[in-house]
Amino acid sequence: MRLLAWVALAATAFVVGRAARSLPPVGDPEAPAAVHVSPYYIERGPSETGAPNMVTGVLADYRSFDTLGETVVVFAAGLACVLLLSRRTDQEEESESP
Amino acid sequence: MTPSFGSPVLGTMVRLLTPFLLTFSAYVAVHGHTSPGGGFQAGAALGSGLILIRLVGGPGTWGLSREAALRLACAGCLAYAWIGWLSLAYGAPAFDYSALPLPAEGAARRALGSLGIELGVLVTVSSVMVLIFDSLSSRREA
Repeated sequence: MRLLAWVALAATAFVVGRAARSLPPVGDPEAPAAVHVSPYYIERGPSETGAPNMVTGVLADYRSFDTLGETVVVFAAGLACVLLLSRRTDQEEESESP
Repeated sequence: MTPSFGSPVLGTMVRLLTPFLLTFSAYVAVHGHTSPGGGFQAGAALGSGLILIRLVGGPGTWGLSREAALRLACAGCLAYAWIGWLSLAYGAPAFDYSALPLPAEGAARRALGSLGIELGVLVTVSSVMVLIFDSLSSRREA
């Protein structure tokens, strides 16, 4: 079983290593990620969203549905902590709440 | 704020630090449009301020009760969602703040809308931090 895990690990590392060689170099202006929507955001972001900070412009305006998801994730994490860690009996709950 | 444990020195230091923490949090939230910052960072600063008050003053001091923190966390999420979906009522795509009835025009209106959702994020993140701290610290030995 342990050998199997190592074989799977080596195979994955081989595939990832091969795939990483075909990635565009860091900072390449012709990289697919830099030619799709980034020029639009950089050109019109500050004037369209009113936010000189382009990160905020993208985060809170163009991609605000994504940020809503992030907020819900944070909220869900807090909720899970409350439900898992502060389990009490009903009697304790009653005596503590004012 | 009466220091129930710790020392008078700690209580005084927290009393001095708290206004600056709250001001810094508000600054990071509002200034996130022009400098690095925003709701998540400001919420973390505000949450750590509230946790500091709790650490020194003990549970039950000034700050948020657990129920209030839970309510605020829900309210922050809902405020975000409703600000985003309110533009649907004005015939625009969701999260299009330029359709909202805000006292500004064009880009400034969108900036106001995104400030609103940043405040929702701030409330959610800070109260979730308080909630997690409370859940960890108020656990009973049963």
